[in-house]
Amino acid sequence: MDPYVLKTLNEERRARRAAVLVTDLGDGRDRIVREGDPVAGDLGMAIAKAFRTGNSGSVEAEGRTFFLNAHLPRPRLVVIGAVHISQALAPMARIAGYPVEIIDPRTAFATPERFPDVALHAEWPEDVLKRAPLDSYTALAAVTHDPKIDDFALKAALDAGCFYVGALGSRKTHAKRVERLLALGAGAEQIARIHAPIGLDIGAASPAEIAVAILAQTIHAFRSRGLEAKGAVA
Amino acid sequence: MDDSIYLDEARDPLIIAEGWMKDGKDVAIATVVETWGSAPRPVGSHLVIDAEGNFHGSVSGGCVEGAVVTEAIDVIGSGKARMLEFGVADETAWQVGLSCGGRIKVYVERLG
Repeated sequence: MDPYVLKTLNEERRARRAAVLVTDLGDGRDRIVREGDPVAGDLGMAIAKAFRTGNSGSVEAEGRTFFLNAHLPRPRLVVIGAVHISQALAPMARIAGYPVEIIDPRTAFATPERFPDVALHAEWPEDVLKRAPLDSYTALAAVTHDPKIDDFALKAALDAGCFYVGALGSRKTHAKRVERLLALGAGAEQIARIHAPIGLDIGAASPAEIAVAILAQTIHAFRSRGLEAKGAVA
Repeated sequence: MDDSIYLDEARDPLIIAEGWMKDGKDVAIATVVETWGSAPRPVGSHLVIDAEGNFHGSVSGGCVEGAVVTEAIDVIGSGKARMLEFGVADETAWQVGLSCGGRIKVYVERLG
């Protein structure tokens, strides 16, 4: 392995950016491909698949055998609001492989008794996200109903390119939210990325069922990363 | 359940390999490139080895690391990468409780 390639790969992994290490198993030459880098032909298709699935493996292309080692950051779910839905969502998401962080400045809601074994921040999103910024391998669900708490985080999620952004509230509530986000400087096409009303439409009624709908929508968004963008262009 | 979303720098084989390189050590990197059956470590897993035989990470959960380390020291000497293949469907291994019964292919290369 080329020492510079290793250094670059580790930089990408530390920064929570996806990378695929491509090694020619015939001559040992290797290189880093970042998400979105153009690679032509069968090799390019295999690399795109590695980014989408996170699976590593060998591929035959151009008469050679390449090993693709997919290094994807671990996805996580940031929930704004230490509410009833979040109490169900945190353990479910964790089991599904999406570690959860909950942010809510209302100390009556954000208590360890209500959220055992969860990374919980009884602080304003502004403060927490300054320390641990959102990124494209983060999903954000805003479920407080309170613009003072939700809006900043939603804008930050859109700016960071979070793979999923969802906001709780009726269509009427969301229409008002759209106005506020426009006033905060968000673009219309950015705002269109917000899933609202939140969650897949499975007729969820209870907080736990809404949590299932949010988690399912998060997983769908993660597994169709990149496909959505291509669909938008076509 | 491991909930960390950041690298575990103290245990991450590729971070350790980079550290060794900076310390001026000769290093080999072994990578699982193919598995069949119930291989204990997934494709893409790494074992990193220095010229003294120190190692971090795993390619099989303990079944074949010894053999990989020996081969890796040769690879560090020659600079020529090797493809190793192991069948770990061994009765004794099963009896002592190793999660074996598969086969793995391991690519061993020198760093630099």
